[in-house]
Amino acid sequence: MRIPDKFDELKTKGEGALIAYVCAGDGDTAGIVHALIRGGADIVELGLPFSDPIADGPTIQASIERALDAGMNPDRYFEMVKGLGVDVPLVVMTYYNLIFKRGLERFVKDCKDSGITGVIVPDLPPEESGELGGYCEENGVDLIFLVAPTTTGDRLEDILKRGTGFLYLVSRLGVTGARADIAGSTKEVLDRVKTDKPKAVGFGISSGEQAAEIIKSGAQGVIVGSAFVDIIASGEDVVGRLEALAREIKSSLG
Amino acid sequence: MNKKQRGKFGRFGGQFVPEVLMPAVKELEQGYERFRDDPEFKQELDYYLKDFAGRPTPLYHARRLSEKYGVKVYLKREDLVHGGAHKLNNTLGQALLAKYMGKRRLIAETGAGQHGTATAMAGANLGIATEVYMGAKDMQRQRMNVYRMELMGTKVIPVTSGSQTLKDAINEALRDWVSNVEDTHYLIGSVVGPHPYPTIVRDFQSVIGSEVKQQIMEKEGRLPDSIVACTGGGSNAIGTFYPFISDTEVKLFAVEAGGSGMESTKKAALHSASLCVGEEGVLHGARTKILQDPYGQILESHSIAAGLDYSGVGPELTYLAGTGRIKPANTSDDEALAAFHELSRMEGIIPALESSHALAYLAKAAGSGELGDIVVINLSGRGDKDLETVLEMGAL
Ligand SMILES: Cc1ncc(COP(=O)(O)O)c(C=O)c1O
Repeated sequence: MRIPDKFDELKTKGEGALIAYVCAGDGDTAGIVHALIRGGADIVELGLPFSDPIADGPTIQASIERALDAGMNPDRYFEMVKGLGVDVPLVVMTYYNLIFKRGLERFVKDCKDSGITGVIVPDLPPEESGELGGYCEENGVDLIFLVAPTTTGDRLEDILKRGTGFLYLVSRLGVTGARADIAGSTKEVLDRVKTDKPKAVGFGISSGEQAAEIIKSGAQGVIVGSAFVDIIASGEDVVGRLEALAREIKSSLG
Repeated sequence: MNKKQRGKFGRFGGQFVPEVLMPAVKELEQGYERFRDDPEFKQELDYYLKDFAGRPTPLYHARRLSEKYGVKVYLKREDLVHGGAHKLNNTLGQALLAKYMGKRRLIAETGAGQHGTATAMAGANLGIATEVYMGAKDMQRQRMNVYRMELMGTKVIPVTSGSQTLKDAINEALRDWVSNVEDTHYLIGSVVGPHPYPTIVRDFQSVIGSEVKQQIMEKEGRLPDSIVACTGGGSNAIGTFYPFISDTEVKLFAVEAGGSGMESTKKAALHSASLCVGEEGVLHGARTKILQDPYGQILESHSIAAGLDYSGVGPELTYLAGTGRIKPANTSDDEALAAFHELSRMEGIIPALESSHALAYLAKAAGSGELGDIVVINLSGRGDKDLETVLEMGAL
């Protein structure tokens, strides 16, 4: 499923989107993805683990390390995704070197063939993204960019022009990871970024209450990662608790 | 340079960093443009280089070594810089730049502790709070350097992620910078990382090559036939080479760590020779040659010399190797160790194990005549820090 279609559907229903991140290969990924979707996740962002994840905080780093130790790699990743059989948009989040090494065109074709319709590459700046963007367009895959609280002026314009699918707004400076306080700069960024593309806010969201506040501030979606990954790391009643947390957050986005 | 090419060496280099870091690298770019030719900045840096660091360093004719190898050998004595290595040239330059830019905090990564120590020196001297990220494993292996940094008021932060070594310390420093861009300068230790670092560090280290050029003209009335420097990230190498780039008759050899063999296992290379056998990729913000597995996962590297133990190499060196202007080479742990002992006994200079790789290339290449009649070897540091490692290796 394409990402814009999902946002259209949610708009009609008057709901905000829950975008759930987990790292593929850390635990039973198929079981985890299905639990998140049962709980109400509208889009699933599946990390493809890289050895040197500079944009990630300790929680997701540890998840990535577990996934790599368990043998996850790009070949297995695309095989696994092919077998998921889900009807929500799937997005791959990974670092540029894995894409570069595989070959940009081959990577995007693998996405298309396995049912992935969005790509997020936190260390690929817009000015270097032309070639990847071209392959994405040819193959019906969205290339999603991050917007930081410090992204302004020409850079913001450039990102708004190049980004498709949705805009990934980073709620504050820093790496990924659950945090209690996120509201302040979020509203400011949401107001400043003027676009008709959907805006989703990520980095630090862990509860329904926070999520509701963000949707109220004008976002079309929230991205939740570390809070889910914490549950996976605990190893306790993983599937049940993932589903419950997804449900709690999703129910506050209505 | 036109706008499109900024920060690139051919197709290498660039700014492959998360969006949250973009304003920081842009600000650094602007800060450097503003102050690099500022007379006051230059004068102040010259002062510190001279009276604090001890520059200029001598260009020393190694008489006995020359006799043995039948080549006139000059050693550029960066081992005599305060702190015992070329590292301070860069840390003084960047710390002063940070001060001019109004930053109140320095962070740095360190492998063995050499760059961390040099950052601690510059930070203490200029009165800027300094924190250094260091792999937890490296902290155990290099306890004395941790203590040295702490003595100078630097906080050393253990890194427990990944392989707990240099590349993970860089990752962690980048993450810190992402969170604290407003008041913090990330003082990177080599010609690696996103633009403008490879250029800034090269410029601050070029004092080595500029001095060599003047000194060799005074002593020989001509340029050397070749220059040899060890290469980890590549800062002492490019700093020595750069003023000679357009003197195409001077051959430039970048000697990497051949480690204990040129192979790799599943997660680690037995060497650190990214320029020699690495493949193109993107690491720590730059497109360059890196040690990686077939999927693009970064391999851990190995060398007996901690300062060469890095999975990447500066993008400008990758570019210059591609054009043929510099020649990549490598020498092994054992060859470096032999050169370490040889220089100690023949010249009364105990070299750093890093620099010993450059010295080992003399033994390897002198016979073929490829070094010519006059060779300059950059002695990037002194070996006091390595005595424990050498003792552990046993054989004398
Ligand atoms: C004495 C010495 N030489 C060389 C190096 C390698 O660094 P670079 O290749 O950036 O000169 C180091 C790094 O710590 C060092 O301490």
